[in-house]
Amino acid sequence: MLPQGALNNYYFPNNVHIDWSLMIVLYPFITGLVAGAFVVSALYHVFKVKEFETFARFALVASFCFGLFAALPLMFHLGQPLRAFNIFFTPHTTSAMSIFGFVYSSYMILVMVELWLVYRKYFIEKAQSTRGIQRLIWKVLTLGVTQTSPGSLRLDHGLIALLAGIGIPWAFVLHGYVGFIFGSVKANAWWASPLMPIIFLMSAIVSGIAVLMLMYTFIRWRSGRPYDFAAMRRLMDYLWGLFILDVTFETLEIVYMFYEHGHHWAVVGPLLQGKMFGSYVIGQMLAFSGLPLLLLGYVVLFDVPNRRFLKIANFAALCIVLQVLLMRFNVVIGGQMISKSDRGYVDFHFEWFAREGVIPALIILAAPFVTYWVLSRFLPIFDDDTISLSNKGRQ
Amino acid sequence: MEQTPSTGRRTFLHELVLGAVAVAAAGPIVLLSSSRSRAAADLPKANGKEYAFVVDVSKCIGCGYCVDACAIENNVPKESIRTWVERYIATDEGVHVDAIDKAGERPDPPPTQIRQNAKWEAFIPKLCNHCENAPCVQVCPVGATFTAPGGFVLVDPEHCIGCGYCIQACPYGVRFFNQETRIADKCTWCYHRVAKGLEPACVTVCPTQARQFGDRNDPADPVGKIYKSDNWQTLKPEMHSDSRVLYLGLPREVI
Repeated sequence: MLPQGALNNYYFPNNVHIDWSLMIVLYPFITGLVAGAFVVSALYHVFKVKEFETFARFALVASFCFGLFAALPLMFHLGQPLRAFNIFFTPHTTSAMSIFGFVYSSYMILVMVELWLVYRKYFIEKAQSTRGIQRLIWKVLTLGVTQTSPGSLRLDHGLIALLAGIGIPWAFVLHGYVGFIFGSVKANAWWASPLMPIIFLMSAIVSGIAVLMLMYTFIRWRSGRPYDFAAMRRLMDYLWGLFILDVTFETLEIVYMFYEHGHHWAVVGPLLQGKMFGSYVIGQMLAFSGLPLLLLGYVVLFDVPNRRFLKIANFAALCIVLQVLLMRFNVVIGGQMISKSDRGYVDFHFEWFAREGVIPALIILAAPFVTYWVLSRFLPIFDDDTISLSNKGRQ
Repeated sequence: MEQTPSTGRRTFLHELVLGAVAVAAAGPIVLLSSSRSRAAADLPKANGKEYAFVVDVSKCIGCGYCVDACAIENNVPKESIRTWVERYIATDEGVHVDAIDKAGERPDPPPTQIRQNAKWEAFIPKLCNHCENAPCVQVCPVGATFTAPGGFVLVDPEHCIGCGYCIQACPYGVRFFNQETRIADKCTWCYHRVAKGLEPACVTVCPTQARQFGDRNDPADPVGKIYKSDNWQTLKPEMHSDSRVLYLGLPREVI
């Protein structure tokens, strides 16, 4: 099926190659995890969702780990990665992309300062109880501040809450902004939509929550420690509610486009019925949206026994992570499948070992989890970790 | 816990604020001294000229010399193209489109049935529209794509970071990622030739004057006359990019 009365699939010669490839799929995906994980941490610190005490520090560390690698896919993608810092030095402020560096780095600074405040006391203790090179490293991490009076710890708590409070809108800016980069491209009928920022934001939050659920379950299962079911159930309440909103916005976008029946639908309609039928209609909207909506509804609304809850909730969380990954793929790649000729579509071919291939993408995707594992060797993340904070009132 | 000699938070915050102020003060200096607009500033002035490019559809015979000349003149990599010529064949059932889009190569003849049912056939040269309100200039995050005096939309090869946002933003598909230089690339209207008083390569080789280039403000220039006549069309006017490539006799089916 071809648009605009085309008799043959005609695409512009320079549209043959899909320029924004898997790395640009990963970039909003990882950035979304950063924002989503942070929101869980902030729900405890700012909105006082008591059940999330279990997740607060864990979510912050996870957000930091994802954040470290959020910009890496962009570096892999850039034609001139050595000029990446030009975006800081010569920002062209009419471009939506130009403030990415500032938004991203300021957000990372905020997360790092908050992390530092959370672990400050632990750094000081370690600096005092270790020797040699270890002592030096811990000492550097204290940034030279070694004061841990009750008053200073109280101030730490206040600052953590303040940073979490600033962090929420900032996390929203970080990810809504990613959506804006796509949504503001008028030349691309599949992207150009003011709903794009809100869709990116909602999907970011749900992907962050879902990935935290999977990580938490895996960590507790591997270490044979008990699950905090009250916290997990509360997390699934949030996930279900937010995912309903996310899917509503995603559906609204497509229903609006369809009903409007304008230029956008003329080229998007045949794409969704053709090349993207599998990944969008079946994958993103039916399987990986429908299933988790039903399953989470079941575990949220009914009194499901713990063991069954664990299996169903994690399966639903996995579906949501895949839904969001597919959504990023469908937006980024799908939009470029539509040639600017408006009379043809191009194919996307997966590469394996190329700079933007599947293998580098998987390595980058794994990097935050490996980093988390490394950090968890040195930092107490859960209350019952073998390496633990000596003072319980740290947060 | 035993209190050890400690550095006060007040001292720390004091130093932190001093550091932040120093960085904040250095920022604008770095930005001001940046060479972002150096490329545009170094270019010769256009002496009041506002260039435009005219494509007369009725004159194009689809010989493809312009495609070849452009590729040779500008060292365009084989897998990309800066200008191409589309062949439109309209029938009652719809439109068949193919193109001369590789230097030195010509497309296969269209299917016989389409040719037999043809209501009309036309060749449409395509190139960068050097828009006055160029989406590519707007979205370039580092200002590497800019409008030079005279209306040329150019890419500064020293500053382009190769992010590809301009390629996405161009409604006309004229930009591409140059695999050899690793930056964004496109038609420059042969800026290097025009700066020496020559015409763009494609205009020079066109045997029928289907492509013309000149000052749209000069009433004596053929391009200026056409511009004044206000009887031209542009591609995708709904994009409001104010194209400087003016088409004469552009069929309504052309996108």
